[in-house]
Amino acid sequence: MPRFHAETLDVYNGQTFPVSACPNTDMASFRATLIGGVSQGLRISALFGAPLAGDTLRLYAVLTDDNAGRLHLISTDVTGSYTALTPSCAQAHMFEREIFEQWGVRPEGHPWLKPVRFETPFRGNGKAAPIGITDFFHMKGDEAHEVAVGPVHAGVIEPGHFRFQCHGETVYHLEISLGYQHRGIERKIPGGPHPLTPFQMETLAGDTTIGHMGTYCRMIEHFSGIASPAKGQAIRGIAAELERLANHIGDLGAMAGDVGFLPTMSYCGRIRGDALNMTAVLCGNRFGRGLVVPGGTAFDLDSRLIEILLKRLDDLEKDATSAIELMFNTPSVLARFENTGRVSRETAREIGLVGPAARSCGLTQDIRFQHPYGIYNYIMAQMYTWHTGDCFSRAYVRWLEIQESMAFVRQVLHAMPSGETRTAMRGQLAPDTMSVTLTEGWRGEICHAAATDANGRFAFYKIVDPSFHNWFGLAQALRDQQISDFPLCNKSFNLSYCGHDL
Amino acid sequence: MLIDLIKARFHQKHRTMAWPDGPLPPLPERFAGRPVIEGSCADNCRTCADVCPVAAVSFKEKAPLIDTGRCLFCRRCEAACPSEAIRFTHEYRLAGRNRDDLTVSQGCGPFPEALVEKARSLFGRSLKLREISAGGCNACEADSNVLTTVGWDLGRFGIQFVASPRHADGIFITGPVPKNMETAVLKTYHAVPQPRIVIATGACAISGGPFAGNPEHCGGASSVVPVDLFIPGCPPHPLTILDGLLRFIGRV
Repeated sequence: MPRFHAETLDVYNGQTFPVSACPNTDMASFRATLIGGVSQGLRISALFGAPLAGDTLRLYAVLTDDNAGRLHLISTDVTGSYTALTPSCAQAHMFEREIFEQWGVRPEGHPWLKPVRFETPFRGNGKAAPIGITDFFHMKGDEAHEVAVGPVHAGVIEPGHFRFQCHGETVYHLEISLGYQHRGIERKIPGGPHPLTPFQMETLAGDTTIGHMGTYCRMIEHFSGIASPAKGQAIRGIAAELERLANHIGDLGAMAGDVGFLPTMSYCGRIRGDALNMTAVLCGNRFGRGLVVPGGTAFDLDSRLIEILLKRLDDLEKDATSAIELMFNTPSVLARFENTGRVSRETAREIGLVGPAARSCGLTQDIRFQHPYGIYNYIMAQMYTWHTGDCFSRAYVRWLEIQESMAFVRQVLHAMPSGETRTAMRGQLAPDTMSVTLTEGWRGEICHAAATDANGRFAFYKIVDPSFHNWFGLAQALRDQQISDFPLCNKSFNLSYCGHDL
Repeated sequence: MLIDLIKARFHQKHRTMAWPDGPLPPLPERFAGRPVIEGSCADNCRTCADVCPVAAVSFKEKAPLIDTGRCLFCRRCEAACPSEAIRFTHEYRLAGRNRDDLTVSQGCGPFPEALVEKARSLFGRSLKLREISAGGCNACEADSNVLTTVGWDLGRFGIQFVASPRHADGIFITGPVPKNMETAVLKTYHAVPQPRIVIATGACAISGGPFAGNPEHCGGASSVVPVDLFIPGCPPHPLTILDGLLRFIGRV
């Protein structure tokens, strides 16, 4: 059991508790608790501000203990500024930048206090910093040069700005500056749920529709004291694993393309669509829009559709296995994957990587397995890791997860529970209640933390997409790499811009 | 090694769809395409407008109108209508040349009509597009990108997504255009040589979609640049996007 400097509230994934139950301590104890917790192997899943009266801000922290399957919450009140955690705890780096940008509370001594999203402050009359203008890290020297890319990229992908500090072909440092996708999602939620809230959850990161919408719906269910029926949970599980399959298969194809291995690129580009089309069998939409609703799922599966899905899954498995094994049996591909974009296990832990990117560094963390929810309480998803932390590792962990997801979907389709898919929603959300809900999305840990006010409306709703943790991992992976390996390294993480920018 | 490549090639078969010369690719049974309004409404019933999360349903006199440029195809209006007057069909042809073409009314045509003649003469044999994701959630982007895979093979129509606006005939915008992307969209637009076109794809790019009303974005592509083609959906099915492009250049 971890030992904490101050008392924390110990809850499991999705448990609700009165807002007042979260211990409030002084800043020194808060810092010591977080730094001490992280040094014992816990992770910061969320660290964020919620406004109190006047200029005061309440900082909440969620420390996640993967080994015990518990979440530890603690809070403190702060005005103006406080001593930054980041110098002693790198995992706090992005969170503290976000707190400064959203609330104007300055973490003194933060080494890299730059805008996160170039967004308008949540409090006061301040304006957003002009996008893309910040004091970029700059390397000087006769033979040093800088490469700037974006926001508009060469492919059909989302916008972001990358600056490489290079000496010859070697990248010394990559700085990633985002915010171009900012659509104001978090600011809109307090006072809700509003009619548009579920639609914004589905499009928060459109390739993770099931991941974020599933998390939101579980949150609503926890606050309402209802649960999805078994069949709804089973269909949600199928949809979540199809989402993982589609994206992992697409990523492996894109990685093959980035090393010039065109057969697997061509095959996987098409096979990805087969997985999306299986989701469309569930609900008519390739990304699962409208499928997951508070209380369960909006669509049922009968035996005829189950047969169709099983047949398609068999075809998908044959095609994906042929395409992906071809890539892993090709020495020229392996030569490009191996030792490229390496992140050490120690760095991964220190900066708080999540999801396949963390498991590729040998870290054992998977919310489905360690903090199970929904269908994963009954059918265990195997967790896979690999230890090399390079592009090969990130590709290989995906391939292992693809095989696991296919087996999982088949198992659930064969053991489909009977009954309803949806529990009727009733009444309002419980007032003055708080909860933290975690999901293993295909990119990694999705964390939603919310509290209601005295009227059962959202007082705040914090969203942490896995990309928020992992973008810094990509910057680390590029150190001492050839700049020409950037596309491969980037694809090996394949992070979300809109999930980060919200 | 070579034998493995050949075996895989045989296994994966020829997968490019026959459409538009052959049959349509199958659409999912539960697919929601262009809505139709049939029959008559109950007096003073505005249930469809009340349940619509994005105000896509309005009323002209007593008949409902559905703006597919706002519509998220969530089917709430269809489910809520007591007269069963609204039905979402499998009609995938949604793209329109003018913003008004996207509105479905009682007795209107099955889909927006032939798109434009000028585009056929200019771009009928070669259309190069610079995609700009401007607040797009990566769903419109993914279902545009999928057109370049072997299944859809966009290249056979002379259409291609290119890396530079200097090589492009127009821009293809997805997303509501966040304020943080406004300058980038304008700069990219002006970097495209004239005559240039703009295609707005998805509910966000047409109307702001599920983010309509948020002050952090501009409210769609047409608030920043003039739009020549609108392709509705959230996201549009790849077939809807391809149909829009092909009708625009006069290929179907």
